[in-house]
Amino acid sequence: MEAIGRSVPKKESFDKVAGSAMYTADRIEPRTLHARLTISPFAHARIAAVDASEARRSPGVRAVLTGDASDVLIGEEIRDRPVIARDRVRYNGEIVAVVVADTEAEAMRAANLIRVRYEPLPVVNDPVEALRPSAPILHEKLAEYQKGEGVVSIPGTNVASIIRVLKGDMDRGWAESETIVENRVSFAPSDHAAMETRSASAEIRPDGHVIIETSTQVPFAVKKFMARYFGIDPGWIVVRTPFVGGGYGGKTAIQLEAVAYLASRAVGGRKVKLVNTREEDMLTSPVRIGLDATVRLGSTRDGKIRAAQIVYRFDGGAYNDKSSDVARAAAADCSGPYGIEHLHCECLTVYTNHTFPAAFRGYGHSELTFAMERAIDALADELKMDPWELRMRNAAVPGDTAPTRDRLTPSNLGDIRTCLNRVRSLAEWDDWQVRQVNEHTVRAKGIACFWKNSSMDTDATSGAILLFNSDGSVNLVTGVVEIGTGTKTVLAQMVAERLRMSVDRVHVKFTVDTLDTPEHWKTVASRGTFLAGRAALKAADDAIRQLKSIAAVVLRADPDDLELAHDKVFVRADPAVQIAVKDICYGYKYPNGNAIGGQIVGRGYYTQRRMNPLNPATGEGTPGPEWNVGAQAVEIEMDTRDCSYRLVKAISVNDAGKVLNPKGALGQVTGAMAMGLSYASREAFYYTDNGTVLNPTLRDFTLLRFGENPEYVVEFIENPCLDAPFGARAMGEHGLIAMPAALASAVSRAAGVRLNRLPLFPETVWRAKNGGIG
Amino acid sequence: MKLELNVNGEVRHADVRPAELLLDVLRENFGLTGAKPGCRNGDCGACTVTVDGWPMKSCLMLAVEAAGKAVQTVEGLGGTPEQTAFVEKFAFQCGYCTPGFIMNVHALRRIHPQADEAAVRDWLQSNICRCSGYEEIREAVECVLRSRPPADNEP
Ligand code: FES
Ligand code: FES
Repeated sequence: MEAIGRSVPKKESFDKVAGSAMYTADRIEPRTLHARLTISPFAHARIAAVDASEARRSPGVRAVLTGDASDVLIGEEIRDRPVIARDRVRYNGEIVAVVVADTEAEAMRAANLIRVRYEPLPVVNDPVEALRPSAPILHEKLAEYQKGEGVVSIPGTNVASIIRVLKGDMDRGWAESETIVENRVSFAPSDHAAMETRSASAEIRPDGHVIIETSTQVPFAVKKFMARYFGIDPGWIVVRTPFVGGGYGGKTAIQLEAVAYLASRAVGGRKVKLVNTREEDMLTSPVRIGLDATVRLGSTRDGKIRAAQIVYRFDGGAYNDKSSDVARAAAADCSGPYGIEHLHCECLTVYTNHTFPAAFRGYGHSELTFAMERAIDALADELKMDPWELRMRNAAVPGDTAPTRDRLTPSNLGDIRTCLNRVRSLAEWDDWQVRQVNEHTVRAKGIACFWKNSSMDTDATSGAILLFNSDGSVNLVTGVVEIGTGTKTVLAQMVAERLRMSVDRVHVKFTVDTLDTPEHWKTVASRGTFLAGRAALKAADDAIRQLKSIAAVVLRADPDDLELAHDKVFVRADPAVQIAVKDICYGYKYPNGNAIGGQIVGRGYYTQRRMNPLNPATGEGTPGPEWNVGAQAVEIEMDTRDCSYRLVKAISVNDAGKVLNPKGALGQVTGAMAMGLSYASREAFYYTDNGTVLNPTLRDFTLLRFGENPEYVVEFIENPCLDAPFGARAMGEHGLIAMPAALASAVSRAAGVRLNRLPLFPETVWRAKNGGIG
Repeated sequence: MKLELNVNGEVRHADVRPAELLLDVLRENFGLTGAKPGCRNGDCGACTVTVDGWPMKSCLMLAVEAAGKAVQTVEGLGGTPEQTAFVEKFAFQCGYCTPGFIMNVHALRRIHPQADEAAVRDWLQSNICRCSGYEEIREAVECVLRSRPPADNEP
């Protein structure tokens, strides 16, 4: 009967293997019109003229929209982005025109007939270039844009956001340091590459309701921001999201929804559907952020880090959207899981002529971790110390403070030391030095640690509803989007555990419909089990109270004397006095026909306690609830002739707090590990000097494929988080975070050269080894 | 043009453009949305169906080319060992790649019931799963190939 800690298969399993699970673009309706995009082939250009006359005459075309369709600027942190480019394009792939036609093929044909005359402008191709005084300024109106709380821009430059995180006294820190190292890392933007490309449809009903169906992780944010952007009261907007075919943070930005809405408005409110092609999904829709970072560490001779100075130059892309917030999350946790007393971090998010970024699994943390862990390896080299030992000596413990000056406790901080100890033994770290396998082959290992806090709005809330069926089973309704993490199954397990019933009798509503689903802030930041879990448990408690109060009347007993278990309410001291839940969950009917009560509906909500935003000038604040940690290792085998390498083994030890669904948790962690390894070894966009993307397809943007993965070793330790349901800590992103750093560590060791740039293509490694740059 | 197709053992009719992809006809005309578009370029395998028992990326085949052949989609399987194994081994997360993988494995079992590790790798490299680390998929495939009656297992 126990539901928690059991590998309950995903509730939607049979639908998914039968092909009947519906994703946004699977809704096929003859009345729907179809939209296709014309996108910019330039990274930066003035739009001199758009001639849509031929497109308008093309068969089946119902409307053509260009930049003048709307002057609304959108963007979550800074409202700097037109829905359709006006006058100027700032990235390769930016939407220049939208065609609406009866069929997709007709829309596509017409989109190709739109003639745009561009006048190319000089391009900003990376964040370092963006900061040069001579760089073209991408947003002259930066001062005028509406900005979110805590966003500090520097108008007249390309700095969209600047944040400083300061702690302790740097002069003292450097004075106490006997060894100082500086290390610089960089990587270009890359793609989430979810197998389902993004899609959205919009319809404006005759009564004024705006109905949006979208492949998103954030239906409630879509509702909120669409209301704000287009001046519609939120009650008139309904957002629906069925299953989502992978998100990884990429489906958190609002983009196609606004396009579909404008398109629908242009055709009298008819339903318009827009599905990204793969190329658009990679070029036009948001990517993963790029970074160039410098980390300077000062330490005593015996390896106690006294000072850290960190500069982040995040590639914020052509429009800010969430990039400054991803950067903020990185800055807030910039030290990694180490207790460093004296700290100075300057975090810049700059405009470039690249596609704008969205959240990406880890939300700034694999980025900060790569920068910090590579510096720690450099320090270990300098100190001639075992890199594991160096990490162990500096691991953060309760009593230390975070960069935000939050005090760390056993509950809000995972147990990094135990993770490190376990990784040491699983990785057989004692022989961590490079091992010669044969003449041309070496084996090498790398380790890295991570921590991650979850960034969220300080008032982020989640709700849950439990509706009883007449057979005593329940329907669970929450606003969590099922993006593949199995969260809704885990929530059902929690409810079953609390109601002491079989998880098979907890039915789950998968589609989120903002009309009748309680709000769940966003399906991001691995917060589903925490926020919605607390809400679902409250809803269960609410239902239990109601069941007991009606049972008390029927059984003529005090409600406090009653227990609920095995689909019955009974007197604790005399279980024979009992009534079945199914006989009271729709009210109770006496033998003579009289009835009392009604359908039991449990409800609950949860909001995180005592959160406050980060002060952008000092970094003080409590932007997240707890730091979850882990230690990871990678072993590779390298052919020293050409630097090609094979992933042999990848190890992750995570502090899970409590493992709620073992197989599900394992899948989350190994999936994230694979993504981290794939990202670090082969994924990046390649830009021409003109800022256009060379590889916007899955043929030349290569992802890890079957059989290229290493052997995975995953272990969980369980050091509970007191606030979390059953003590469970966040899990969905954490397997990824230190993988790039651990891989770079192993590959560097094997090649005998310090590698600080991703991805680690054999050719890149070979060049670095043979005197080029890594 | 008018087209007659044999899909999942049923004769189906559609009025399509000659340039229409099999993938689109399955989805738009027949509502068989189990076949998923992921790239329309042959790179991801999400659209995999079987044609006369062989796995075929339905984005790389014109609908007209499928005339006179037996097309099977995931909707036509109805409880095969592949489907059960994918559930039991937790071999999917978001599930978007799943129909394509299952159709591929289904064909693999028919064509190469004795497939060794290298053959499995060869076949499954045509599909991408972005959520999992492929380990659970490997377990599911192994379970499918190994669970046949022992006699069949002899070389
Ligand atoms: S859609 Fe056919 S292979 Fe990707
Ligand atoms: S389960 Fe999501 S892509 Fe495979």
